[in-house]
Amino acid sequence: MSNMSTVQRLRSSASFRYKLSVALRLILAIFLIIFSIFPILWVISAAINPTGSLATQKLIPSNPGLDNFRELLTSGEFPFWTWFGNSIKISAITSVLSLSITTIAAYAFSRFRFRGRKTMLKGIFLIQVFPTLLALVATFLMISQFGDVIPFIGLNQHTSLILIYLGGAMGTNIWLMKGYLDTVPRDIDESAMVEGANNWQIFTKLILPLLKPILIVIAIINYIGTYGEFILARVLLKSNEKYTLMVGLQIFAGAQFDQRWGVFAAGALIGGLPIMIIYLILQDKIVGGLTTGAVKG
Amino acid sequence: MTSIDPEIITESQGKKTDSVLPKIIRYVLLFAGNAAVGYILSRFINLGYYTLAIAVFILAVFVNFVLLVKKVYPLRWMVIGLVLMGLFTIYPIIFTIWVSFTNYGEGHLITKEQAIDQILDRTYLPETGKAYQWTAFKSPEGDYALWLIDAEGNAYLAKPEEPISQPQTGEEGVGELDEDGIPVTIEGYQRLNVILAVSDKNLSKIQFGEEGKTIQVRTPSEAAELLPKYVFDSDLDAMIDQETGVVYRNLRGVFSSSTGQELKPGFIETIGLSNFTRFFTSPALRGPLIRIITWNFAFAFLSLLINFSLGLLIAIIFNEPGFPFKKLIRSLLIIPYTIPALLTILVWRGMLNPELGIIDRLLENWFGWAPPWFTNQWWAKAAILLINLWLSYPYFMLICSGSLQSISDDYYAAAKVDGANGWQQFWHITLPLLLVAVGPLLISSFVFNFNNFNLIYIFNGGGPPMANTPTPAGHTDILISYVYNLAFSGSRGIDYGFASAITIVIFVIVGTITLFQFRFTGMWEEVSENV
Repeated sequence: MSNMSTVQRLRSSASFRYKLSVALRLILAIFLIIFSIFPILWVISAAINPTGSLATQKLIPSNPGLDNFRELLTSGEFPFWTWFGNSIKISAITSVLSLSITTIAAYAFSRFRFRGRKTMLKGIFLIQVFPTLLALVATFLMISQFGDVIPFIGLNQHTSLILIYLGGAMGTNIWLMKGYLDTVPRDIDESAMVEGANNWQIFTKLILPLLKPILIVIAIINYIGTYGEFILARVLLKSNEKYTLMVGLQIFAGAQFDQRWGVFAAGALIGGLPIMIIYLILQDKIVGGLTTGAVKG
Repeated sequence: MTSIDPEIITESQGKKTDSVLPKIIRYVLLFAGNAAVGYILSRFINLGYYTLAIAVFILAVFVNFVLLVKKVYPLRWMVIGLVLMGLFTIYPIIFTIWVSFTNYGEGHLITKEQAIDQILDRTYLPETGKAYQWTAFKSPEGDYALWLIDAEGNAYLAKPEEPISQPQTGEEGVGELDEDGIPVTIEGYQRLNVILAVSDKNLSKIQFGEEGKTIQVRTPSEAAELLPKYVFDSDLDAMIDQETGVVYRNLRGVFSSSTGQELKPGFIETIGLSNFTRFFTSPALRGPLIRIITWNFAFAFLSLLINFSLGLLIAIIFNEPGFPFKKLIRSLLIIPYTIPALLTILVWRGMLNPELGIIDRLLENWFGWAPPWFTNQWWAKAAILLINLWLSYPYFMLICSGSLQSISDDYYAAAKVDGANGWQQFWHITLPLLLVAVGPLLISSFVFNFNNFNLIYIFNGGGPPMANTPTPAGHTDILISYVYNLAFSGSRGIDYGFASAITIVIFVIVGTITLFQFRFTGMWEEVSENV
């Protein structure tokens, strides 16, 4: 009898302890969640607060409305939709092109053996470590010189910005891509080659379809990265209607931060939410894409 | 490992290009491309953009080599990427390295040839020497013309910015000459009498004639040709003032006299390692630089430690399979990571705003005091670490929970048998195994934070400013934001040369860490084996 009750007691105390630990952890989770989403809630609150200034904002606005959004989208002073469109255009083009360039190059690095291959891989990695921000002066001068001869890759042009992003693509993505390609068994290539397919056919018909899921993930990661890039765009773009969203909002925030806080918040929300939603929907895939490739090297 | 033999590749490539037509098309395209590059090169050279021209030329040769030589067939797959990388990444890096050995910056923005050309264009009016007698004419619109007669009796007509001519009567509107050989009338102009001419204040300031031969009124009776003020002596590498005889020697990119007089503009000049020695030895810079470097390392290290610890803690606490709301908790916790950092940093700037920001107002209400986030250097540093924690703990949470799941349960089972408690299990199993897996990511993250320009620049621009520094520097500045100010802010003079030198120093630091990472993780070996 006593034996039974001890076991029961033990069992119930263990389950009690487990429940307690879960409860404590849930409380901790609540604190962490508050820390993590408080700024976001606050931006939402600022965006729907009609008084619109930093000083008068409360967490729960007294009479919420969409005035800030209306002001943001209709005032001609800051062409929000143009900025937004510029950002989407630049990020989409950069993402697709950089993925194409690096995937093709990574295929060669993964499948062909040629002299200087290892040196090139190492070199690309070291170059990527050089903070591009620091070559900004040189980049700026180069683009202005290019612009004197070929106007569409001069200063204040989206083309030049995209080209510079593409110039950095090899450095950041080639190792990742090569890592994925190395995981595709080589037998596939060899059997196809025996049947007389050439490398280009193997690459496009066999390898690419296999890589499709991961390519989509990398494209999205690239897209988000370019979308958030700020400093190169800030230095190279000069006129209001050419700005990307990040540049536009940063300049807007610098100029009239305190008074027009609500309008800024509305802009930040529209600019940030799409990315956040993409992320949350695809979180497992994106996380996988971020870590597996990187951990493998 | 079965690797593909290059021979096979070239063979299959050979089969493909057997037909002649694609080959022709390829050559035509290549030729057209080369022609376009040739045109661009000629324009660059005309404009004096030699370095860029060299870079484009090298890349064009590389492209031709890759497309024409069968042996380097694999490179054809990556030629676009390599060219873009060469032009937009490597060229700026090499340019930066070159600039770090020069004095490029305020007052030294043009090449030596351009500066010499500008200085040689300057003229002066000699007090003695060949002279002309002059007579002035003035049009109703206020334009002037001079009739000049030299010692040999030759007559000239000089107008501003027009070549000096020797017209006869009837040419260029010149009317009858009087007994002194001076035209009585010139069409469109009225002859000024001596008194009017001498009292005319404009006349002595006007330069008549075109560049190359310019004449100016020297005295009421004489006009003289302006002479070039400076002559360049290439042996001395010096400018010699023809008027005063003063010699201006090239001193670090500007022609200076022995008394310290300088001829503007200065020019870009190689100054060896001066920028680097300045970085390491200049006493005025040493104070701020040591503080900036110390904070730079502290910031990168503390960020890594704090952010990784919180991420790991969260990953461990909620790692348990079947934990309630696990998915929801994770989704809410990664939110900071999903929004472009620029936006959230600006939001934090608003929230921490003294007096107006929500956090300060809340703290004021509760405790009657709020930290001076922007004016006190320690609170500013704390704010930056806090924001960085918010921005990046989700990343560590994600990579840690990913790696935790890959640690086999067998280890823990064995540990339990040995009677290890939870704490011991963490220190002896979880942490070491985890560090092996995420080690490279931690190092990359350190490097990223070491150069985390966006956070510093957007949050407070490196403020609060340090007092009494030779160039602008703030207490929360890291090297890269300090460099940015040197190169772009220009409030106390831009200095590309020095900024580039610091860039190289940063590169060496970061590069060393990266190489260490390779050693540490055996990544190079992996490159060699794995394939």
